[in-house]
Amino acid sequence: MAQVFHHSTNLISRLTVYGAFVAILAAGFVPWLIDRSPYNTEQNVPREQPIPFSHRHHANELGIDCRYCHTSVEQSAFAGLPPTETCMTCHSQIWKTSPMLEPVRASFRDDRSIEWTRVNALPEFVYFDHSIHISKGIGCTTCHGPIGEMTITWAATQMKMGWCLDCHRQPEKYVRPKDQVFSISYQPPPNQLELGRRLVKEYKIYSLQDCVTCHR
Amino acid sequence: MAPNGEQSSDNATKASAVIEPGYTINTVSDKISSIVLGQRRRIGWFGGFTVAFLLLMMLLFAVSYLFVIGVGIWGVGIPVAWAFAIVSFVWWVGIGHAGTLISAILLLLHQKWRTSINRTAEAMTIFAVLCAGMFPLLHLGRPWLFYWLFPYPNTMWYWPQFRSPLVWDVFAVSTYLTVSLLFWFVGLIPDLATIRDRARSRFKQVVYGILAMGWRGSAVHWKRYETASLLLAGLATPLVVSVHTVVSFDFAIAILPGWHTTIFPPYFVAGAIYSGFAMVLCLAIPLRKAYGLEDFITMYHLDIMAKLLLATGSVVAYGYLMEAFMAFYSADVFEAYETQNRVDGPYRVAYWCLIIFNVLIPQALWSKRVRRSVKAIFIEALFINCAMWLERFVIIVISLHRDFMPSAWRMYGPSQWDWMTLFGSVGLFFTLFYLFIRYLPMISIYEMRELVTETANE
Repeated sequence: MAQVFHHSTNLISRLTVYGAFVAILAAGFVPWLIDRSPYNTEQNVPREQPIPFSHRHHANELGIDCRYCHTSVEQSAFAGLPPTETCMTCHSQIWKTSPMLEPVRASFRDDRSIEWTRVNALPEFVYFDHSIHISKGIGCTTCHGPIGEMTITWAATQMKMGWCLDCHRQPEKYVRPKDQVFSISYQPPPNQLELGRRLVKEYKIYSLQDCVTCHR
Repeated sequence: MAPNGEQSSDNATKASAVIEPGYTINTVSDKISSIVLGQRRRIGWFGGFTVAFLLLMMLLFAVSYLFVIGVGIWGVGIPVAWAFAIVSFVWWVGIGHAGTLISAILLLLHQKWRTSINRTAEAMTIFAVLCAGMFPLLHLGRPWLFYWLFPYPNTMWYWPQFRSPLVWDVFAVSTYLTVSLLFWFVGLIPDLATIRDRARSRFKQVVYGILAMGWRGSAVHWKRYETASLLLAGLATPLVVSVHTVVSFDFAIAILPGWHTTIFPPYFVAGAIYSGFAMVLCLAIPLRKAYGLEDFITMYHLDIMAKLLLATGSVVAYGYLMEAFMAFYSADVFEAYETQNRVDGPYRVAYWCLIIFNVLIPQALWSKRVRRSVKAIFIEALFINCAMWLERFVIIVISLHRDFMPSAWRMYGPSQWDWMTLFGSVGLFFTLFYLFIRYLPMISIYEMRELVTETANE
């Protein structure tokens, strides 16, 4: 009886058997990578805005406090986006003819809000409150990254649930003294864990990990 | 009940042979492989397949609609949040158990009579587990996120809730499917090679050749094959007990009256094997008739499986008895009410049908005359299959619909989508089964050859 298969089939069958393992691993690993990649999370991707607002210029070079614009960050869940009036406190005096700022003036004239593109968005099924994080010693730059270097703002973290839990499980890794919360140049000291453990106790930080803490 | 002992002592050899006399190695191979390779068109096969396939399409429709609208299309709600989907899940998983019992435990116990039914029973196991696995996934609110049930490194940095029996279920059922599939496929390899060697068309040679994985039947092949079979049988043996034990934990771990019972694991396992053998009989009896396999699946097989029905059925009946007794003996008002509600409540028809079909009717199997009647055994098996579905309905729905707080009581009624999914899953099962009997040898050829040689020596 003639052979059904050519003898090269031996090699092919070995390759497919071992290749199947590689293929199965890859089938799991590739989505795993894509899920975490900036392609999906838009982490570190500067977002285009109607006006090229620079945090680097305002917060770093000019030294304006975060709270000058994000007024409600200490009292409410939402940090607050400044109304055009806030911009105009300065820009009615300086750069008042700059063509770049025309949309701001137009917004003020027409009483229509500037439509910024949201950079840091959480899903709607997540409850998040800025004020409690601020008042327990979590700094702006812990989550929002090196804002003082951003000419056009980007999201510094992927804001996946694992990222939230990293801090909720071990807040001592990130907590800082309360007077440093709004500092954009703060760097954690070498003894962060030691300091962190002390601050966690002092600020009475509870490691909240119940589902309902965020999913209410 | 040793098959050999009975064989020599019983003069009515017609009812006691594991294979009818007069077969040689070649005629056995011819007979079984011709079903797969034969050119004869079988109207019966085609008709059956069409019906099954139409039911499968109905399932597809019901499931698509479910994915679009959500589980609200079913009759479930609060307090009866588990109903047809879970009832059918447990029913299908249970049916699968006979396959593993036959292929693993009976292999280790050297029971020769398993040979002619093990392939069919294993196929039945796999198809039943596939049907079963579908239901909990459909019952998820967001079925497309089913992979959240597995512990994989996710961006949420969360593991599944390992304290939940529902997660144990995922492991139990997926392990069961994997091991059953391997066992079945390994068992098929020598037969696939036989089919390959007998196939005339190039296409069939290639397809069966790939599936046979280069089997040449050398002594080394056989040695490794035997080792692999024994190892897999050893792996599969604990699964016969563990899978349905874990399924029973889904209920026993909860505090609901009617669920919170320590007898559940053994009672569920017995019920699973009971329903499994009933299903094997429901499949084997029409099969042997349609394909003229009465010489291979003999009255001896039917008799021994009927006895197994009787044995496992008695354990199940004991379970029913103990549930009622413990309700009385515990002096717990909720347990007592639960039992009373089964017997006398709004769903009492389901309970009494269960008792009649599952406990009373099978008592007829004590009679040798009944066990010699193919029709009687077939009808018994059908009743048992229905009753085992009802059993899970009684346990799940009756317990849920009236629990501790009368203000939360509510009746449950299935919607048309519930029915369509249930019968659709039967369609899925039979579609796969029809394809199996058409394209794979439904009786293990090489084991039958072995049996022919062994019985010839006796």
